[in-house]
Amino acid sequence: MIDVGTALEEKVFYLDRAMLKAYANASGDQNPIHQNEDFAKAVGLPDVIAHGMLTMALVGKYVSDWAGGSQKVTQFSGRFMKPVIVPADQKVDLTVTGNVVAVDGNQITLELSATSAGVKVFGMSQAVISK
Amino acid sequence: MLNPDSVGRTFHGAEEVTVTQSHIDAFCAVLSENDTTVAPPTFAIRITLAQSQEILSNPEIGLNWTRVVHGDQRFEIKRPIVANDSLKCSSTIESYKVSDGNEFVVIRSDLHADAELVVSTWSTLVVRA
Repeated sequence: MIDVGTALEEKVFYLDRAMLKAYANASGDQNPIHQNEDFAKAVGLPDVIAHGMLTMALVGKYVSDWAGGSQKVTQFSGRFMKPVIVPADQKVDLTVTGNVVAVDGNQITLELSATSAGVKVFGMSQAVISK
Repeated sequence: MLNPDSVGRTFHGAEEVTVTQSHIDAFCAVLSENDTTVAPPTFAIRITLAQSQEILSNPEIGLNWTRVVHGDQRFEIKRPIVANDSLKCSSTIESYKVSDGNEFVVIRSDLHADAELVVSTWSTLVVRA
């Protein structure tokens, strides 16, 4: 039984530079701040950062898995709060949590949140799924 | 600074973008998504971010894309995108405000397959002072 307040099981995704390169190719977003450390630092960032939309895509995967497939997701929104920093030769976490905030007929609304290295990176996020 | 006359106007992309199975496969592979029969929920950004940037780069509009940070993102998905969809993008500057010298621009982009609205996206872009 899915009720308001039901918590979804937390899931941890891992990001590395290879994933950022793959996402750059898959999305067409080749902004060098997501691949080139020297460039990222030259524009004032601490290191290479993940595409915000990669973070959102992974949260979307979390939603799709819970909902039973990508085709179940009808609305999805969120705010990029802090960058996900991805140093060379490291895997960094994206830890995603969610809970049910509304159940209305065939629709379930989830509230979602994600942290990386303990910092909240993605929030103000909701997804609507059809049962 | 954004030209105030641009707010509320809708700009149409010139070309249809045809989605291929390999586009969907590549996007799914990054996410370890095994079901490649439909595109993942955020796939539309692959089309709308590039298309809206192209459509809204007209100097008359006055949007400085070199200083843009992505703030918020929203999707309304009428049906999932699938391979062989030919999608046409139109982008509207829905709202605009300036706060502490930063510009906040909300761009709505609609993807249509012929007359059918498939996905709408809203991107809040922050143009940093």
